[in-house]
Amino acid sequence: MNILPLFIALPLLGAFVLSLAKAKRTGDILANLINLCLLVLSFMLLRYGTLVYKIGGWEPVNGIPIGIYWVKDGFSTLMLIIVNLVALMATIFSINYMEKFTVKNKYYCLFLLMLAGMNGVILSGDMFNLFVFLEVAAISSYSLVAFGTEAEELEAAFKYQVMGTVASGFILFGIALLYSYTGTLNMADMARVIGAKSLRLPIFVSGLFIMGFGMKSAIMPFHAWLPDAHPSAPAPISAMLSGVLIKVLGIYALVRIMYNIFGMTPVLSNVLMVLGILSIMVGGVLAIGQEDFKRLLAYSSISQIGYIILGFGLGTPLGILGGLFHLLNHSVFKSLLFLNSGAVVYATGTRDLRRMGGLNKKMPVTGGSSFIASMSVAGVPPFSGFWSKLVIILACIFANRIGFAIWAVIGSIITLAYYMKLQKEAFFGSLKEEWKKIKEVPGFMRLSMILLAVLCLTMGLLLVPQIKDVILTPAVEVLKNGIEYGKLIL
Amino acid sequence: MIYILPIILFLIALFGIVVKRNLIKIIISISIMEYAIFLFFALIGYRVEGVPPIEVEGVRYVKFVDPLPQALVLTAIVIGLATTALLVAIAVRIYQKYGTFDIEKMRKLKG
Repeated sequence: MNILPLFIALPLLGAFVLSLAKAKRTGDILANLINLCLLVLSFMLLRYGTLVYKIGGWEPVNGIPIGIYWVKDGFSTLMLIIVNLVALMATIFSINYMEKFTVKNKYYCLFLLMLAGMNGVILSGDMFNLFVFLEVAAISSYSLVAFGTEAEELEAAFKYQVMGTVASGFILFGIALLYSYTGTLNMADMARVIGAKSLRLPIFVSGLFIMGFGMKSAIMPFHAWLPDAHPSAPAPISAMLSGVLIKVLGIYALVRIMYNIFGMTPVLSNVLMVLGILSIMVGGVLAIGQEDFKRLLAYSSISQIGYIILGFGLGTPLGILGGLFHLLNHSVFKSLLFLNSGAVVYATGTRDLRRMGGLNKKMPVTGGSSFIASMSVAGVPPFSGFWSKLVIILACIFANRIGFAIWAVIGSIITLAYYMKLQKEAFFGSLKEEWKKIKEVPGFMRLSMILLAVLCLTMGLLLVPQIKDVILTPAVEVLKNGIEYGKLIL
Repeated sequence: MIYILPIILFLIALFGIVVKRNLIKIIISISIMEYAIFLFFALIGYRVEGVPPIEVEGVRYVKFVDPLPQALVLTAIVIGLATTALLVAIAVRIYQKYGTFDIEKMRKLKG
């Protein structure tokens, strides 16, 4: 039996049930159960190579696909694992954290819709189907940002949605142009047509996709919405948005189209690398001045996304490996940091770093896990972030792009600076009088933070050859094959 | 050359989104942008002197209009409806908080 449809059907079913459910605990139980199933299923996918599911059983006619395909290859497996892992941690965290909101079931309903959209984007092998799932995930994320319905949250959601809709407009425009050039919507078939006719797509099409997906993933010139939108959402949603949504909707889709459909060209590669360096520097410099816990993390996301884009932009196998590895690590530590910020807000009720101080004494689990995550982002040796940044910088050096490597190192130092500031202002130092009475957060919130912190410590092991061959290498292979992708699927 | 028209419409909408200061006018601009793309999609499928793609017994047509973009546009219109509905809902809630649609007067967020 083909298990691919379950990745979309299960969360959709859960969302449907939860929109009707009345009992208070239904959401907690059902959402966690579904996310656990999805995580187990995505690990099961590691056993298979490439899987294709044809919706409605429409077989190709004369070798030309006519139905919608869902395709699972190494790259999608990797993304599915990380998305469902972060989603499970976020829902475990929500059990306690979302108590203060009134309509928990509706929250889980939107959460599962967003998850279904993301899984759909990852599995889709059809351009228009990808767009539809992208919109499902995006629209539910807009409403989740506005979930608190305070003035600030509504304003952020409006800004986010205007940017997001313009981005979707660019993407749809790009899809229309691609369809008119190739006469097909199936991604594999597109790659084959472009390869066979050695079609030279106008630079305009790539530009539309870079703008569209760049806005979705907040690469440098299109980043303005992210520092407003991500801090305004409830903490588990911030973790989902910064941890996986911008990567799936932005980077995964962009990389899939650039590598597997267009084929990487030197021009595209240079554009992506320059955008990456710009994001690293601008995000990092802006993060230093922030005094709001979550805003600082949001700017840091822009900066770290730059590293991922830099790695993919290099286009060498080592660069791709570094990009993928940093993508995994960033999902884990950035979602952990956002959960930490949620825990701090839960205990103290403020996000202002200037009012905090010495929280380590009262909240050892939150403080400890955020220390691990901070050191990991900053790239301090034993933690996971160090290894992925090292791979990216080495890839730059081996590709004879010394300049880019130096910028990446400078960016890393800036990262260390603002995370030291975060740790010093919030968790170290003497405890302020107002916080004498606060307590550590409840059990489920601690559980998810501890699990993610353990992952932060152990993710470096993914580079051990035996484990690397199972998880990272198949994904690198898919991207290295470029537009051969078409022949492998059909 | 007809393809220039939706692109002009698209640019007008983009101008509206960037320049206008009223939430409702921004929402209208977004709708215009979506229509520009739908129009472009429909034009892609159009063939000069094409007929609807329906097989009739005994008649051989050579030139069909491409039906696929029309199906896609229908789906995209539904998505556009959801987007507009959510935008309007958020705009109404913002109006309740601030008593105005003018984005200059909402300054809870910086940058």
